[in-house]
Formats: sequence, C-alpha cells, structure tokens
Amino acid sequence: MHYVCQNCNQARATVHITETMPEKHERHLCDECAEKEGVIVKQHHPTNTILQEFIKHKTGLGGADEKACPDCGLTFREFQQSGQFGCPNDYEVFRSLLEPLIERAHENATHHVGKVPHTADESLKRQSGLTRLRRALQEAIEDENYELAARVRDEIRAMQSADAPES
Amino acid sequence: MTIDDLTNTTGEWLRGEGPDSDVVISSRVRLARNLAEYPFLSTASETERTEIYRAVTEAVATNAGWSDALSIDLTEADEINRALLVERHLISRQHAVGEGSRGVTVSTDETLALMINEEDHLRTQALRSGLQLDQIWKDVNEADDALSQQLAFAFDQQFGYLTACPTNVGTGIRVSVMLHLPALKLTKEIEKVARAARDMRLAVRGMYGEGTDAVGDLFQISNQTTLGKTEEEIISAFGRDIIPKIVEYEHAARESLVRHRMYQLDDKIWRAYGLLCNARCISSEETLALLSPIRMGIHLGRFSAFGQATLNELFLYTQPAHLQKRHGKPLEGEQRGVARAEHIRGVLSR
Repeated sequence: MHYVCQNCNQARATVHITETMPEKHERHLCDECAEKEGVIVKQHHPTNTILQEFIKHKTGLGGADEKACPDCGLTFREFQQSGQFGCPNDYEVFRSLLEPLIERAHENATHHVGKVPHTADESLKRQSGLTRLRRALQEAIEDENYELAARVRDEIRAMQSADAPES
Repeated sequence: MTIDDLTNTTGEWLRGEGPDSDVVISSRVRLARNLAEYPFLSTASETERTEIYRAVTEAVATNAGWSDALSIDLTEADEINRALLVERHLISRQHAVGEGSRGVTVSTDETLALMINEEDHLRTQALRSGLQLDQIWKDVNEADDALSQQLAFAFDQQFGYLTACPTNVGTGIRVSVMLHLPALKLTKEIEKVARAARDMRLAVRGMYGEGTDAVGDLFQISNQTTLGKTEEEIISAFGRDIIPKIVEYEHAARESLVRHRMYQLDDKIWRAYGLLCNARCISSEETLALLSPIRMGIHLGRFSAFGQATLNELFLYTQPAHLQKRHGKPLEGEQRGVARAEHIRGVLSR
C-alpha cells in the first residue's frame, strides 16, 4: 500500500513514523519533507568518508596528519601509507600520533628500557639540526646560491666537530 | 679475503655443531641503527646515501673489531655474488636486489656481518651454529659498542634507537633462530607450534626470512616486539624458554616416529638417499627436501652412508649461486638441474 506525503500532498511517502505521544498515530512523509522536519538526515558522503571522519575524530587526529616534518617534509598521512619514516626527527614531530601505534605494535610498551648509546645526549641535538642544515645546503646548491651554500657548509662542519662522539 | 674465498668454506653457522644442533641449525641476532645526522633511506638523496655509506665503511675500516674483514660494495658485485651472500645468510634478499650505495662488511669467520644502507643505515648481525644466543649477543653488543664510539646513532629517550620503520624501534633487535623440524612436520603438529609461536608475538618464516616458504622443513622463528623489554630479556626468553620448548616437542615427535612408524621413517630416509645418488636433474628445493629426512636420520642414528659434514656441504653447494660459482659460469634452467645432480653424485661417490 502506497501513501502520499501528508505534508506536501504530492510526493510518494517513503518515511513512515508511528508517534506514541500524546496519543498513538501514524505519519507518512516524503524524503524531502522528512528532512525539512529533521526526521532524517540525507547522506551526502559515501560511508567510507564518514567512517574516516569518525576515526579521525575519535583518534583526535583532525587534520594533524597533514602536518609535515620541518626536516624531511614527511606528513603523518604519508607515513601511514608507506610505514616508513623519513628522518629521526619524525619521531619527535609525530610523537603523540605515534604513541598509540607503537603501543599496539609492541605489546603495550611505549618506552625503551634497553641499551643506551654512549653518545645519546649529543645525538639528540645533532640529528635534527644537521638534517635541516643538509637540506638547506642542497637547496642552496640547487638554487646556485653558492655563497649561502658555503656558509651552511661551514655551519655543518662546526656542528660536526663540536658534537663528534668521543673516541 | 675476497668473495671467492667465501666459496671454499661452508661458514661457521653451517658447522652443524653447537648446543641442540640436531634441531637448531643456527642463531642470529641483529641490531638496527641509523646515523643521527642523516635522514632515513626512504627520503635520503643519492648524495646523502653515498655519504652514509662512506661514513660507515670508514668507521669499520679503522675499527679493531673488523680488522681483516671483507667489505663488499654491492653496487659492484654481480648477481651471482649477491645471491651467494644471501645463501650464506650474510645479507637479506632485499639488500641483494636493492638500489643505490649499499654494501656489507663480513668478519673473516663470517660470525659478524654489517649491512650498510639496507632498510636502516646499519644492520649488524652475529650468526653462529646451534643455540648460542648468549655468545652472539655478546658478539653483536661489542661490535655495536665499538661502532657507537665512532658513529652517533639516532636515539630518543622515550623510543630508544630510532629506525626507519617503527616496528623495529627501541632496542632495534631481531633475534632469529633457524630450526629443523621434520618430525613435527611429518606428525602434522607443526601448525600447532606455529600458532602457539604467533600467539606469543613471534614471527614464523621460511629459511630466507620474510615471504619465503619453509623448504626442507627449515623454520625461522623471530621476535616482533622490540620496545619495552631489554635486549637480555628478549634473548633469554628465546634461549631459555621458547626454543628449548620447541626442541623438546621436536624430540618427542622424533621418538614417536621411531616407536610407531619406524619402517616408514627408515624408508623415507633411505629413499631420499637413493634419489640423491641417482637423480640426473634436480632442483634446489627438491635437494633440500631430500636432505631433510637424511639430516634427521643422521641425528637419530638411523642413517650411516655419510655424516653431518657431507650433509652441510651438499646443503650449501647445491644452492643456485654456490653451484654456479663452483661451476665457474652462469647456468640456466635445466643445465643447472643437471649440474646439481652431477655435483651431488660426485660428492656421494667419494
């Protein structure tokens, strides 16, 4: 049995509501009128987009995966696709996004407890600074800005000799 | 030392000696490290890649722990030599077919090997025959200490040693034990063992690691968790708990075969010998499949035609790269199968 929308009296009713308050009665509405009344919400997005949005919302990502590492330029989204990081600094840049993944991969562990290299303290400072300088050097050479390239090279040398591990 | 010198020996890990060597073929520990001041290899430029390669090889050249070591530039090594290194478990398959500046340094007795520019800048491994995890941890730990005096490794207070893939982060350690489990395979209990191992977050793979089949009843078991436990904890779980348990299961399965299926067992062992003595064309997979019951037969005292040393020799020299290297020229398809069968008959008629 087909109903005509009780609201516009034109379109075929596709939404059938049984209201119980104040007393039991049935209402029959078409898509458009049902949406106007807020009874249904039309789906503009395919399910997977909604799902992705939901996951993003739930994991608090909300666009943070577009943030790029200043050293190597990798975004968290790119990492999720390849499973590979671009440079040591990515661990610093994406630390909070990474923790739940690391936890899952390592039986709930989030902190290293094993061996520590002799040069641990220096290496923390070195890794980010030098990677950035090397990128700058490469860019300067590509731009044929040799004056800048020479300056950056001196900076790299200074940092390397200052932070070289003790022998 | 040259690559050609390697061809003349079977290498330490294949001696077939060491604790529990009737079941445990070899033990390996490798550590993944990256230089702090360079990007990981996925984003490194070719120049940076070459610089990393140079920095590591220079460090190794002046490092006492690697004196007389053999350094091989893989961009210069031909396909057969690269495959030879894979067959000797000195480099991964991935490293053999990789691109750009990369190499390997191997200690004279082949117990230590350092892959440069594989997935991480450095992957140092120690490898020995039988169940010798404490010894190889000592070997690789000392090598790592010595290198860290010369090279600054990427390290983070929270995440430990930083690796290109976060599944290796923390200790960067991968412990792998290669097991020969023919009886568990015959009694069909192998699936149970594999399932139990997977439940314990261990990876079970074929002989050449990731994505390879378990030819010749050889299985590689390795840890997947690298963070939140010390290296010693991970190693001792393997050496004192996991591996002895599997060895015990395999022993029980072998005993049960001898007790309940003795004739079938002897028939399988001696038929394999008959095939090896008479085949005129044979693949390396079939060779390994036939050597498997014979190896078990030797250890159960049910096979006497030849011993462990000959078995090891057949095991290694029938593999494609070793066979071709010995033959002195590349061999294709059927030619290779014929040369392999000839080689086996030659060894067995001595």
